[in-house]
Formats: sequence, structure tokens, C-alpha cells
Amino acid sequence: MSIFDSSLISAAFWIAKGTGLTVALIVGAMFLGLIVGLPMAAIQVYGPRWARFLVMVYVWFFRGIPILVLLFLFYFGVFSPLEAWLTKFFGVRINLPFLASVTTLGLASGAYQSQIFRGAMLSLHMGQYEAALSLGFTRLGALVNIILPQALRIAIPAWANEYSILLKDSAIAYVLGTLEIMSRIKLMVATFHMHVPFYILAGFIYYFLTWLGIKALKKLEAKTRIPGLGSDGDAHFPEANEEIGTDERLEENPNAKPVPKPA
Amino acid sequence: MSLELNKVAPAVGAESETKRSQPLLEANRISKTLGGKLILDDVSLSLDRGQRKILIGPSGGGKSTLLKCIHFLNPPDKGDVFLDGKSAKDMSQSNISAFRQEIGMIFQDFNLFDHLTAKDNVAIALRKVKKQPKAAARARAMEELDKVGLSDKAELYPAQLSGGQKQRVSIARAMAMEPKLMLLDEPTSALDPELIGEVLQVIADLAQGGMTMLMVTHQLDFVKHLTDEIIFMENGRIVEQGNPGVLLDAQSNSRTSLFCAKLTQLSSKKWTPGNFM
Repeated sequence: MSIFDSSLISAAFWIAKGTGLTVALIVGAMFLGLIVGLPMAAIQVYGPRWARFLVMVYVWFFRGIPILVLLFLFYFGVFSPLEAWLTKFFGVRINLPFLASVTTLGLASGAYQSQIFRGAMLSLHMGQYEAALSLGFTRLGALVNIILPQALRIAIPAWANEYSILLKDSAIAYVLGTLEIMSRIKLMVATFHMHVPFYILAGFIYYFLTWLGIKALKKLEAKTRIPGLGSDGDAHFPEANEEIGTDERLEENPNAKPVPKPA
Repeated sequence: MSLELNKVAPAVGAESETKRSQPLLEANRISKTLGGKLILDDVSLSLDRGQRKILIGPSGGGKSTLLKCIHFLNPPDKGDVFLDGKSAKDMSQSNISAFRQEIGMIFQDFNLFDHLTAKDNVAIALRKVKKQPKAAARARAMEELDKVGLSDKAELYPAQLSGGQKQRVSIARAMAMEPKLMLLDEPTSALDPELIGEVLQVIADLAQGGMTMLMVTHQLDFVKHLTDEIIFMENGRIVEQGNPGVLLDAQSNSRTSLFCAKLTQLSSKKWTPGNFM
């Protein structure tokens, strides 16, 4: 089969395309994990007992089984029959390996992300929720307007960590024949009979994607930082406390020159 | 900052003696068990429009829990709360939210929303709960901040405010919702001594405006001028209640006066290891 020209240049392009697919896989799985994880976190912190139990079952299912097993389980147990069914009745063809990979990684990530957001919500003082209710917010309104904006900020560092883990877990999707970085690298290795250079390349691509994603999330963290509040508490930002002193002094002596605020 | 206590207007409730038929707020035989322990045991109280009552008593006596039960943040196990004669017990979730909207609550540790500026802390419920347009809500927020003397701090975040300023913002936040009454849960006990005055001044202003209030506090010297009645709670029950002049009279030998004598004794005593015991 000649999927690629046997020149190394076109091989590089072919791998670049696989990198694109890995990015799509990660973005899709992180997003699915967010959609699944956020409500589960809210249920675990604020929900009724029976719903908390269901979430716990979900989380333990995905935490307790290796990704590799989950991939095969979903591929053969859910997506293969689904594809056969869709083809038979609707004539629709789906990208089976990709869909199975995104869904499995996303659902598994949802279990981990729910724990990230649960921790973030728990670290918020219960009083924030009570204060919102006391102002007439409904429970959902309090969650959406008061709890989530704060919990999501707190969760960014842990979320960046989840991104880097999921990115590297995604390499395992090659077992389903998803044409992402790893499966293309393996094909190259088989074609050119060069092991080490291609695996170094694979390592480099994953390293770069990790660096890029974490850098972007750090930017997001800085951008959404609440003035006067460090992402890990006030302790590392003594300037914030000094500012209070400045304000008080100004109140007593309006002619006093304001001390410039730290950037 | 001077506290002009004597100018406080007489309670509105006292004027309308004739239409006493229905109190503004009535808590009827409330019981609450938390963690297997009976915290509130058959507690009843009522507030007429414009009345101000103080809850005092040793900690663990159930004062804060009572406020949370009245506000249905922590619904009572037994008993009911009536606001303007409407029972809160069997309300749907959305009606409970509307019920809470009519009762302002001030917390000991402020509970400002940390991700919002002072102005948006006041404006957010106007926007999201009362569905006011953003500009109108913010204008209203500025009015309320101005009333508590913080219009110049509107753009600061809670972490950039002092404790006293935070509590004043939280009062502005509650007042913006135009509640029928206010519940205050030890509004000054988390504050440095020199910041207490500014918050008490704001509370005195509220009282002057005729606001109906139920306040848990130990700042008795201050609040006894503002209040119509003192309610003393201990072990989840109301032990004594009555006119502050009577209950605080040292001669009366009331549980309240003994408790308060202890409070003043503690605050005036020189703290040496010897007399601490």
C-alpha cells in the first residue's frame, strides 16, 4: 500500500497530519470530559445521596479499569455494533476508530475531571453558596453564577495536569487504528526500518504539544486571576495585604501620596 | 467615627400598636437536629414590622442555626416560618428562593463573592435574580455602596478590602434586594476592634431607617439602644426574653444580666495569666 510517497519529506507531512488528529482527539476528549465531569462534580458536592452514589459508581468504573481495556471494551462492545447498525439502517459510515477513541478517552477523563472540579468546589467556602441562596438565587443559579466562575479558576492548574496526562494517554489509541501520531510513527518505523529517529520524533511532538497546552493554560490562569487573590491563597502575595494598609492610611490622611500598587 | 446612638428613630412597630394582628415574621415551634444533636428545641419568636430584636447567649446555644432555619438555608426539622403570614414550609424550590429574597442575611465572615468587584457583588443578584439590565443594576449597586460609604471602593475585589469594608459591602448587597427584614449573624465578631465601629455605624443607620432586624451579637453596649427586645438563648431554647432595660438591670438577677456582666468583666479585666483562670 502506498499511503505515502517513500520520501522522508512527505512522511513528515503525513505525521503532521497525525498530529492534527491527536490534537482533535485531545480537544474532543477534554471537552467531553468537561461536559461529563462538571455536573458530576456539582452532584458530588451539592447533590442528593442517590445521585452521589451513581456518580461514585461511574468514577470508580473509569478509575479502576486501564485505558487500554476500556478502549477495546468500547470499541467492540459499543461502537462496532453501533456502526453495523448505522450502516445497515441508514447507510451512514462513521470514523469508527476515532469516534471510539474520543469517546472512551473523554468519558474516562470525565471521571478524573469530576474529581478536579469537586476539589475546586470543596475548596470554596460553603458560605459562598449560602450567601448566593440567601440573595434569592436558585440552587442552579448559585452554581452557575457564583460557584462555577470561582471553581473553574481554581481548577485550571489541575486541568492543565489532566491535559498533559490525557495527551500522552492518547498515544494508546493507536491500538484501535486511529491514525494519530503514534500509529503513523509505527507505520513509518515499519516502512523505513528506522526505530530510534522516529521514536525521538514522536517524543518531541508529544513534548511540544504538552509544552504548548500548559503554556496556554498558564496564560489563561494569569488572565483570569482575581486581583488580590493568589490562585493558591494570599500567602504568596503579600502585596495584596499591603494594599489594604495603603487604603486605610489614605482614609486618615487624604493628602498622603498613594503608594503605587504592585503590578 | 462617632456613633450617634441617641438619634435612632423609635421603632415603627411601636407606632402601629393597633394592627398587631399579623407579625411580619413568625417562627413557630422550630426544632432542628444536626449531627444527632438537638440544636434547636421548640423555639418560637416573632417580629413586627420595624421591630429590632437581639439574640444573645453562650456559643453553641443555637443562635446562628435559628437564623439559618428562619432563612430556610437550613430548613427546620419541625415547625414553620411565616413571612407576612405566608408559610415557608411547603413552598416549592422557586418559591423558597423568592421567600429568601425578601429576607436579607448578613454573615459573620461576610461571604462576599471573591471573583467579583464590590460593585458587582452588589449588582449580581439584581441582574440574575431580579433580572434587571446590567446598567440599571450597577447604578443601583453604586447607590447602595454610597450609603455604606464605599462608593470609592466599588472597583476593588474583596481580597483588596479590609474586614470592615467587606462587611459594609455585604450589607449593601443585602439591602439592594430591598428585603423586608434583615437577619444579622454576629456581623462584627470577625473584625479587628478598630474596624467594628464602621460596621456598627452602618447598622445604626439601617435601624434609623426603620429596618426590621433580628441580630445575633455580643456588642450589647452598642445595640441595647437600638433594640426593642433581648432574647437569651441557651441549649437550643429561649431562656429569657424581654425589654433590654429590664433584662440588663444588674438587680434583676436575670440570666441575661449575669451573662452580660461576665462579658463586660472579661473585656475590662487586665489580661494576666493569673486572673485568666
